[in-house]
Amino acid sequence: MGKLILQRLGLGVVTLALVSVLVFAGTEILPGDVAAAILGQNATPESLAALREQLGLDAGAVSRYFAWAGGILHGDLGVSLANRQPVADLLWPRFLNTMALAGYAAIIAVPLAVGLGILSAAWRGSLFDRIANVVALATVSLPEYFLGLLLILFFSVQWGLLPSLADTWSGMGLGAWLQATTLPMLVLVLVTVAQIMRMTRTTVLGVMDQPYIETAYLKGIPNGRVVLRHATPNALAPIINVVAFNLTYLIAGVVLVEAIFNYNGLGRFMVDAVSKRDLPMVQAAAMVFAAVYVILNMIADISAIALNPRLRHPRSKEA
Amino acid sequence: MTLRIFGRPLPISAAIGLIIIAATVFLFIFGPSLAPFGQEDVVGAPFADPSAEHLLGLDQNGRDMLSRLLYGARMSVGVSLTAVLISFAIGVPLGFLAALNGGWPDMIGARFVDVIMSIPVLISALVVLQSLGSSLPVLIGTIALLDSTRVFRLSRIVAQGIVVMEYAEVARLRGEGLWWMLRREILPNALPPLLAEFGMRFCFTFLFVAGLSYLGLGVQPPFADWGGMVRDNQQGILYGLYAPLFPAGAIALVTIGVNLVVDWALAGRTMVQGENR
Amino acid sequence: MSANVLEIRDLRVEAPNGAVLLHGVSLDLRPGEVLGLIGESGAGKSTIGLASMGYGRGGCRITGGEIRLVGTEMRSASRPQREALRGARIAYVAQSAAAAFNPAMRLDKQVLEGPLLRGMPEAEARAWMLELFRALQLPDPEHFGERYPHQVSGGQLQRAMIAMAMAGKPDILVLDEPTTALDVTTQIEVLALLRDVIHRYGTAALYITHDLAVIAQIADRLMVLRHGREVEMGPTAELLENPQQDYTRQLVSERRESLGATADVHHRTGETLLSVKNVNASYGSTPVLHDVSLELKRGETLAVVGESGSGKSTLARLVSGLLPPRAGAVRFGGADLPPRFRDRSADQLRRIQLVYQLPDVALNPRQTVGEAIGRPLAHFRGLTGKAQRDEVARLLEQIGLPADFAARLPSALSGGQKQRVCIARALAAEPDLMICDEVTSALDPLVAEDILRLLRKLQDDLGMTYLFITHDLSVVQRLADRVMVMSKGRVVETNDTATLFAAPRDPYTRRLLDAVPQLRTDWLDEVMAARA
Repeated sequence: MGKLILQRLGLGVVTLALVSVLVFAGTEILPGDVAAAILGQNATPESLAALREQLGLDAGAVSRYFAWAGGILHGDLGVSLANRQPVADLLWPRFLNTMALAGYAAIIAVPLAVGLGILSAAWRGSLFDRIANVVALATVSLPEYFLGLLLILFFSVQWGLLPSLADTWSGMGLGAWLQATTLPMLVLVLVTVAQIMRMTRTTVLGVMDQPYIETAYLKGIPNGRVVLRHATPNALAPIINVVAFNLTYLIAGVVLVEAIFNYNGLGRFMVDAVSKRDLPMVQAAAMVFAAVYVILNMIADISAIALNPRLRHPRSKEA
Repeated sequence: MTLRIFGRPLPISAAIGLIIIAATVFLFIFGPSLAPFGQEDVVGAPFADPSAEHLLGLDQNGRDMLSRLLYGARMSVGVSLTAVLISFAIGVPLGFLAALNGGWPDMIGARFVDVIMSIPVLISALVVLQSLGSSLPVLIGTIALLDSTRVFRLSRIVAQGIVVMEYAEVARLRGEGLWWMLRREILPNALPPLLAEFGMRFCFTFLFVAGLSYLGLGVQPPFADWGGMVRDNQQGILYGLYAPLFPAGAIALVTIGVNLVVDWALAGRTMVQGENR
Repeated sequence: MSANVLEIRDLRVEAPNGAVLLHGVSLDLRPGEVLGLIGESGAGKSTIGLASMGYGRGGCRITGGEIRLVGTEMRSASRPQREALRGARIAYVAQSAAAAFNPAMRLDKQVLEGPLLRGMPEAEARAWMLELFRALQLPDPEHFGERYPHQVSGGQLQRAMIAMAMAGKPDILVLDEPTTALDVTTQIEVLALLRDVIHRYGTAALYITHDLAVIAQIADRLMVLRHGREVEMGPTAELLENPQQDYTRQLVSERRESLGATADVHHRTGETLLSVKNVNASYGSTPVLHDVSLELKRGETLAVVGESGSGKSTLARLVSGLLPPRAGAVRFGGADLPPRFRDRSADQLRRIQLVYQLPDVALNPRQTVGEAIGRPLAHFRGLTGKAQRDEVARLLEQIGLPADFAARLPSALSGGQKQRVCIARALAAEPDLMICDEVTSALDPLVAEDILRLLRKLQDDLGMTYLFITHDLSVVQRLADRVMVMSKGRVVETNDTATLFAAPRDPYTRRLLDAVPQLRTDWLDEVMAARA
């Protein structure tokens, strides 16, 4: 088992390296001249030359890639084209903001969704199950900004309970922070709960169709115990996968939610950088998002390995 | 008596979904010609309230909301539909070929797709749009290519399931060529899951295009498109106006419609499997 | 209160799609009695077994009749009442213990779960479990329960399932094909232990099986079922000696024939069609065939026999070119056969045809019978249009199906009909050699017999050569001229069928032959006595 986990860790590192190649290629290997593309119509010969020098365009693509990737390994994310500040100084505070918002949403969404999913599987076909299913299907289809605007309309404009803009600053108190971020958190919770709930239900039902569940019923085990003791442990690894999959979705959903509420996070930071074609900032933000994504998936896979009874209790124990 | 389609009863939810899809197709084809005003015509004051002449009121620039919604239908649906069609045209044949031929091209293809898919789609799209700018061909091409990796992955898995079946083995042992294997053995059996995937991909892409437009990186003005309209009218919500909710609601409605039908199609499949056991 | 532990009256069960699975079946079970329920698939045997526990599988509903279990009417009983009876008064043993055990839970936890839940003191429950483990001869009974299901063998798991069923000291066991998934040599051990246990503790049982010879060893009475109705019921010996109904007579005579008659031996002296010389093969790094050789003459039938894991199916894949050998050579029709099918000529591909075990997955569900049979006609023989349609009709007639079946999809055919279509598809190529890989294993006995008859007829009419892969020795006896016995990837013994059955040279062959259940009620006693 340890070997498998090490292999998975190794795969994660390799994936990250390949992702960095793709991000670099996606941003820098353009048809024509990068500097000209970035400057567009404002290009003058002097500004072009200056930008070329700053980006190191005189060197080949391969050596530029290694310079860039080597910098990342040392924490050097380059310098912003727009305001000449180190990208790292601009990026990390916003990254923490984003993780705080995503974490706030996840802490509420994951237990709620997994619980609801298990319940609706245990009461398959009941009124609760059917209502939960329809509501979930509807929420899955609603775009973040639709939910966000509805919440703003009611909670901020009509009832005046919560602010419509998620203004945060460093050093603000927890109470104020919670008040500012509750609406964006609610949007993220709504879009992820439905998805996790539906997938958890499907997963648990898939396990409930297994013959060993029938065995448990035929042993006279009550329904609740069958679901908790026989179905859920076997559904755990796939549920963790479901949760990881949806947390990655949450990380991407954050980009839209930050735009709705004007929240000062990495998503809005990246969208701004794209609009300004600030190449080093886009590269760094993309790498950070991808890294979170890869790491989440890796944790899910490793949990699945660690939970697999065949790997936890190898056959060699056989006499 | 319940309505039946393909020998399966059609629940109310799926019927609603089908009606929504039919309406969407109708708007996609006829929407712009039904619009009472041009999409660029300023016909009154910004954020004017709904009236007999302007059923949904005016937008932030004083343009007729209903007309822009009708124009936007073709743009929003058209961009996503084109992107999904292209992604299937790329992903399905390659996925089938990879499953059928196996070996190192299959391995490399699968690993490559894994790496692409280990970056969130939105982030990949932002990276490409940053470097190529946001024009319609770039937008459609980027989304189609990114989507095709998912289609490739699913087609490959479905086809792998078919290739190991003994009827496919019989055909291989008979010395059948590539074309026969793809067209007669794999495609007919892969069709049901691929159709369901088409629906889901469309939903995802539709939301995705709208989301990019909402961020200001998708369809660019002067074209009306629903995601962009939400963005443009968003300030209205602060004055308690419903203006941004019309395009946002339209996006939600189309997505719900397709999702309802896909849900029904998938649920039917699992029930058939259960009966065989 | 009646003396019966189970009384069923006019039981009616319906599937979710409205199909009626049982049309009013009645039966009584006395304490300690074993009632065998026998019939083909779809006869309703398992449905009766589960219904007697008040359970309908996969949404099946009990729509009529009474089920009185030790005095409680199960249909009107509340859910807690049913839960209290299940496991305590009536318990279930499934065909596949591997699927019936929770993979994430230790065996002892699963065995003890029911009794502990019902309040049996843990020490008592453990002592009883230990006694059962010993009685079922499980290895290291004190620590056996500490293992997880995947850590023990199939035969051990099946015995653990019996222990789990007995753990609640039930009055009745529902045994649903409890030995069918096991290899023949394992089956006999489990069967003997099972019989000992239920006799020792005086447990009554509903024993569900399709195998008359197996049930003859253990049942006091038999009930024959067909299409959800009782055909006949009576004491085991009487029913086997003197069946009253035609259907029962067919079942009995099929089984007797399969265990007695030997095929007319064709002593072929003609040319050698297929020769395999000193072949080794492996899947990845796992060797599966060691130094295997065989020779097959034109018009002859060679049966390759072995238990699961013997390598017999690998041999079929090797000859058909799906798995190239690591070493050794295959010659066919006097020429070397390229190891990979891709390197073989169209004519070589045509001359070797394969028929599979599961006709369900061997036919493309989206192609009609006519398309499935027509394709090899077009591909190998260039027949199209009317010529192709006529030839499809002729082939269908040859395998005993009406010509209008050409328009049907496989889903509209029964299992036996599908297998006939597979045979027709192979015949369409006009092959010299047909490789039959367990072609009758998935079929009901009477259907399987029809397929064997068809294969024999084709051999007489067309001089077909068969390489016949099977685990079923009774099939071998009826069809094969010669037999090759395999075990763990090696050839154990090859001989004429009659000689091999009369005087097996190798101890493994003898053990295999001894383990085939005979249609006598005292067969198991004799074998166990001979072993002791």
